[in-house]
Amino acid sequence: MSDHDHDHPHEPVTANESPSAARARALEELLFEKGVIDRDDIRHRIDWLVSRSPADGARLVARAWVDPEFKERLLADARAAALEVGLKPGPSPVVVALENTDTVHHVVVCTLCSCYPKALLGPPPDWYKSLTYRSRAVSDPRGVLDEFGLRLDDDIEVRVVDSTADVRYLVIPNRPEGTEGLNEEDLAALVTRDAMIGVARAAPPLVFKS
Amino acid sequence: MRYRVGQQVRVAPRPHDGHHRTPGYIKGKIGRVERSHASFTNPETRAYGSDGLPEQPLYLVVFAYGDVWREDAGHASDRIYVDVFEHWLEETA
Repeated sequence: MSDHDHDHPHEPVTANESPSAARARALEELLFEKGVIDRDDIRHRIDWLVSRSPADGARLVARAWVDPEFKERLLADARAAALEVGLKPGPSPVVVALENTDTVHHVVVCTLCSCYPKALLGPPPDWYKSLTYRSRAVSDPRGVLDEFGLRLDDDIEVRVVDSTADVRYLVIPNRPEGTEGLNEEDLAALVTRDAMIGVARAAPPLVFKS
Repeated sequence: MRYRVGQQVRVAPRPHDGHHRTPGYIKGKIGRVERSHASFTNPETRAYGSDGLPEQPLYLVVFAYGDVWREDAGHASDRIYVDVFEHWLEETA
């Protein structure tokens, strides 16, 4: 336990705590003390966040791949489409799905902080929150995508979407070739988190050679 | 909603002390309204304990890459889409 004495418990302060972690913890303690939030709020929100995963977004994409009418509804109103398949689209009142095609590639960033469709994709990857990604995704999108291993032909239009406000964006990647025989569940397994951010393609089915 | 989809708009070049959601790299740049989303509470006042009312309309505005950055740094067809609140947009002549 800590070597100081006051009216609330917390984890011992350790020497290897990063400055940002220490700052976050200090803010948290103040908010508790002032009664703005309580510990259950924090725990419930963390529980909710870690219970979300890209599998939810992948279900939407796979359904859109097999059902053109659903895809139209998803593109028109992704929040309503998520509710339709029993997913919880989160607190954002507007969720927008962006369709990648043979000629258009979308990639999502939040240059101001780290806005991300957590309800449908789970916690964002650390790189999504990094200053490097946030600045370079808008200034050198093709260079960034290239570093992710995604080289786009010159005739593909890159659309960077900077999610600066209340709206959340989700990319519908291109359906990989050679997946005609797959059912919706197997297709969903090909839809990765990175593909729904727009820094990767949906993965083609893995073939293990013996 | 003051602006219509397809309309050309300029992002106000004004500086702003305090929290706001208009990235500096599009200030003063000319784009086109791509979508008219809805109205949301104003983050500039909400950040300081206010209720954020009145709500502000939010638009998705599209910019040509070359209008935002140096022409030679990207491809002519590439685009940048940014959500911008109405009070940061101006009509172009």
